[in-house]
Amino acid sequence: MAAISREEVAHLAHLSRLAVTEDELDMFAGQLDVILQSVARIGDVAADDIPPTSHSVPLTNVYRDDVVTPSLTQEEVLAGAPDVAESRFRVPRILSEEE
Amino acid sequence: MSAVSDVTRMTAAQIAGLISSGEASAVEVTTAHLDRITAVDERVHAFLHVDREGALAAAAAVDIRRGKGEELGPLAGVPIAVKDVVTTKGVPTTAASKILEGWKPPYDATIVSRLREAGMVMLGKTNMDEFAMGSSTEYSAYGPTNNPWDLGRIPGGSGGGSAASLAAYEAPLAIGTDTGGSIRQPGAVTGTVGAKPTYGGTSRYGLIAFSSSLDTPGPCARTVEDTALLHAVIAGHDPRDSTSIPQPVPDVVAAARLGATGDLTGVKLGVVKEFAGEGAEPGVMAAFHESVEALVKLGAEIVEISCPHFEYALPAYYLIAPSEASSNLARFDGVRYGVRVGDDGNRSLEEVMSLTRDSGFGPEVKRRIILGTYALSSGYYDAYYGQAQKVRTLITRDFTKAFDQVDVLISPTTPFVAFPFGSRTSDPYQMYLADLYTIPTNLYGGPAISVPCGLSEGLPVGFQIMAPTMADDRMYRVAAALESAVGTFTPPEL
Repeated sequence: MAAISREEVAHLAHLSRLAVTEDELDMFAGQLDVILQSVARIGDVAADDIPPTSHSVPLTNVYRDDVVTPSLTQEEVLAGAPDVAESRFRVPRILSEEE
Repeated sequence: MSAVSDVTRMTAAQIAGLISSGEASAVEVTTAHLDRITAVDERVHAFLHVDREGALAAAAAVDIRRGKGEELGPLAGVPIAVKDVVTTKGVPTTAASKILEGWKPPYDATIVSRLREAGMVMLGKTNMDEFAMGSSTEYSAYGPTNNPWDLGRIPGGSGGGSAASLAAYEAPLAIGTDTGGSIRQPGAVTGTVGAKPTYGGTSRYGLIAFSSSLDTPGPCARTVEDTALLHAVIAGHDPRDSTSIPQPVPDVVAAARLGATGDLTGVKLGVVKEFAGEGAEPGVMAAFHESVEALVKLGAEIVEISCPHFEYALPAYYLIAPSEASSNLARFDGVRYGVRVGDDGNRSLEEVMSLTRDSGFGPEVKRRIILGTYALSSGYYDAYYGQAQKVRTLITRDFTKAFDQVDVLISPTTPFVAFPFGSRTSDPYQMYLADLYTIPTNLYGGPAISVPCGLSEGLPVGFQIMAPTMADDRMYRVAAALESAVGTFTPPEL
């Protein structure tokens, strides 16, 4: 049985904001199925009572003194943006026509 | 000019010596490397961007400072290549992705600031798999890098450009980043040295994030001593990285020099039982076993160590790293930097974002974003991401137990030598197997180094040495000892 269906891949692509083509869906569904079948054996490890590790460095609450240091200018920050207007990032419309 | 004529063949330590004694200027050294790039990079394609002007200006500045009698660092004036996933102020940085085509970062990564402070000369930015996802550079949006040992074969990945620039004598030193083996595996298949420092030992500030709990920048070179010299320049606490370890860096240069004396009396090496046979090419295992014998002759003691959970490292990695990547790569939304696609004035932000990401990202990046989104979805989280994090704990325990018995662990770096282009791209999982032996270290967070140890059918084999967290010096000692026994390996003339 397939671990992941073409429909699931389409849904995940939408959640990931990837406008995938039909061809891409066909390719990814098969490949992701192979990958998932291969990694699924992680479930074979008996680990119910094992605490998870999110990070190898056991540092928590790293503080530093609140010292003002030079930061980027507005011009530098906006320089790499694809569209800028009135010293701001310009974005496509967020609301639909009716809203 | 005789001292400078073959400067591209010299080690970084030798070049630094020439510059500090005044036998060669930094500008002469830099020019020689830029000329070499001009001569061979059309065939190798190690570089995505060569910063000729910036390099010559940096070199001239070093010469002026030396002329004034200023005290300069041990690598002042030495050229270096930097992987394109590291931000460089005003110099194009793309992570080999179309989505960042033409982007010039407004700031330097901490490790780049440290190179500049050390008076080092950045030649340019090296090719890689897109966003450091891959083991062959075939996933670069700008075309692959060719292995100088055989131009029809992969140079490893993701840092294939950095490793190839060393093997092609275009640069004596390079910067890489290692999330699952992206420094060590390219080192192995190009016959060069690559070290992944302890996670937190080198700053991630200014790295374009792939998997934040694993990403580690580190040094690449043609010799162990050069690797250690570069390690010493870039390592150390950085307040701009909250996971940076606030402890002194072990003296890796002294350790490399100690190892080069060829005495390993009293050093215990653990051979990872699970990595000593299955899945590896016979030629790789033969070179590995010969190297183990060479180390025994130098006085090392060999202990076989079982690390039972290492076999689950690859599955754990391919759940953890894509999960973190799916979150990290959300920042590429076509708003603040990079390209924007499909903004015709009618389409919504969400539509433009989806079109931008689909056209800007390559196939492997999309696969991993979708895989990570899946592993983090409710309903699958516990079975996949949660379970992978528990396995990460068990792998860490395997390492901790092993280091109670031995000083370092050893294995081949990668199961196979450089493979021909196209031979592993149709089945992504076959590509993932290239990192079988390198991944456990990333999940644990300790340091590891790959050093050339022999040839198999004329292609280089890498030997991996893994050490405990913040004991990076141990791996340099063993690596330098091995290098003293087996020598270095020179590719055929390009």
